[in-house]
Amino acid sequence: MMPINPTNARFWSKLGQRGTFGITMLELGRDIDDLVVLTADLCSTSGLDRFRSQFPEKFFNIGIAEQNLLGISAGLAKEGYIVFATSFANFAVMRSYEHVRLNMGYMGFNIKLVGLGSGFAMGMFGNTHYGIEDVALMRAIPGLCILSPSDCTEVMKATIAAANHNGPVYLRLTGTINNPIVNKEDYHFEIGKAISLKSGSEVTIIATGTMVYHALVAAEILESRGISTAVINMHTIKPLDTDAITTACNTSKFIVTVEEHSNIGGLGGAVAEYLCSTPSAPPQLIVGMPDTFQMAGDYQYLLEQNGLTSSQIAQKIVDYIDH
Amino acid sequence: MTSQDPVIKKIDQMAQRMRKKALELAFSAGNNGAHIGSGLSIIEITAVLYGGVMKVDPQNPRWADRDRFILSKGHGTLGYYTALSEAGLISFDELSSFEKNGGFLPGQPVMNMDKGIEFSSGSLGHGLSLGVGVALAGKKRGRDYKVYVLMGDGECNEGTVWEAAMAAKHYKLSNLVAIIDANDLQSDGSRQDIMAADYEAIWKGFGWNVETIDGHNTQTLYETLVKVNSTEYPRVIIAKTVKGKGISFMEGNNEWHHNRLTKNQYDAALSELST
Repeated sequence: MMPINPTNARFWSKLGQRGTFGITMLELGRDIDDLVVLTADLCSTSGLDRFRSQFPEKFFNIGIAEQNLLGISAGLAKEGYIVFATSFANFAVMRSYEHVRLNMGYMGFNIKLVGLGSGFAMGMFGNTHYGIEDVALMRAIPGLCILSPSDCTEVMKATIAAANHNGPVYLRLTGTINNPIVNKEDYHFEIGKAISLKSGSEVTIIATGTMVYHALVAAEILESRGISTAVINMHTIKPLDTDAITTACNTSKFIVTVEEHSNIGGLGGAVAEYLCSTPSAPPQLIVGMPDTFQMAGDYQYLLEQNGLTSSQIAQKIVDYIDH
Repeated sequence: MTSQDPVIKKIDQMAQRMRKKALELAFSAGNNGAHIGSGLSIIEITAVLYGGVMKVDPQNPRWADRDRFILSKGHGTLGYYTALSEAGLISFDELSSFEKNGGFLPGQPVMNMDKGIEFSSGSLGHGLSLGVGVALAGKKRGRDYKVYVLMGDGECNEGTVWEAAMAAKHYKLSNLVAIIDANDLQSDGSRQDIMAADYEAIWKGFGWNVETIDGHNTQTLYETLVKVNSTEYPRVIIAKTVKGKGISFMEGNNEWHHNRLTKNQYDAALSELST
């Protein structure tokens, strides 16, 4: 694998999460004999053009048929292949939902479903292409692992971890090209183990996906206003690292979750489900997308519309504390 | 319909035992009821597959070169579990746990490689995609196993069947055989009334090798299924069947799609089979 350093982190950031996924697959294609990659007519969009040309025998384009994508993936996985299957997050999860449930959940096949362009990354494509309910849906299926990398470096880490994980994984890719950088140096990544990025004594922000970067900037803003703020990168939404949340409960007066997803059923929901059974848990603010469909716009516009820029997140937290 | 051919004779006897056992299991299910009509319509198909066509080893259910069978119409378990039992994959004792609470033989199959059950099924329209994946893996690994996917004609209402049909032709899966249990009835009634379609023409249009045969004639089924596919494309066998086959008051009567058997009905059905 390419070494993790500031130069490479910048390079991957320019490619965005999808492009970095494609580069990582190229490496995995060399290393793993029984690896196959399937896509539903989104080879280039998945960053997989080079993979397709270098490993044509390991690549299958199933056409625009996401349900069949999951079924064929299951057949291949049953026969011992490690299967990566890609489509836009909304199609991968919602068009194929029952196929995901039966093949990845019920039968537990070793399929890594890659949700491209989740959250608001699809911008002007509009609501048909947004991934704003995918985490809620995937969380409800028993046995699924949900990974949501904070930046491109972590896409590489999470993709490798998914390949080595014997079981079904949903890999949720967020953000656009020029993906903000969280991780410039190498670090330990383990499925199910959240990463503490910053300590603080008043507020703990638990963020996932591209929102981790915005949470870090928000924390700086809060510190400048005298509010000591911790930040946790919850790259694995399921299984949830409840130990990290318990620690946050013991060290903070407020818990805030931040995600590029509906306020219903995502990371916020997962943390809330845990907190409601935790005695004396601090109050929780869920920062995500309101329960409504909105007009389309570019990525930055949509973050602003939904109060998900760093300054908006910081202000929401200040308002919550003051309230 | 008894044959002088010892293989066919053996299959006919097997089908007769399976039909009796299917009724016994349906009766034992009590008020849970069972998909009796469909279970009976596939019995000759599964008897021919497990009794003469497919390579299976009950001592080694995971044998890498075994032929793979996928019951895509998962509600056909009465004709499936009974075949697995005849093939030595499920014991009689185990068979008697059909539709018992917490048992491993519920009304629709649960993946269980120790018992030769390749996939969980029950939700229609999934099996052919699975079969495409398994057949693709066989081609890729250079194994010579065949993949048989048994679907219902009503099941072919599902759009995913046609996504998979397109892919199977595209990937030239000559090792894949789809069998349609064409009993012309689905849950709400006649297939012609609910969603009429010329399946023979449609499958041909999708580039498959299509054969339409009598799905209860074991000789024809056997000769059709053992044929070598000399083309590079998949085969579909439209097996014309009768829902509830073998029991006069069930044949073509959709009340027996899913129903419970009373003792009187059970006795009456058994008496028809022993004559």
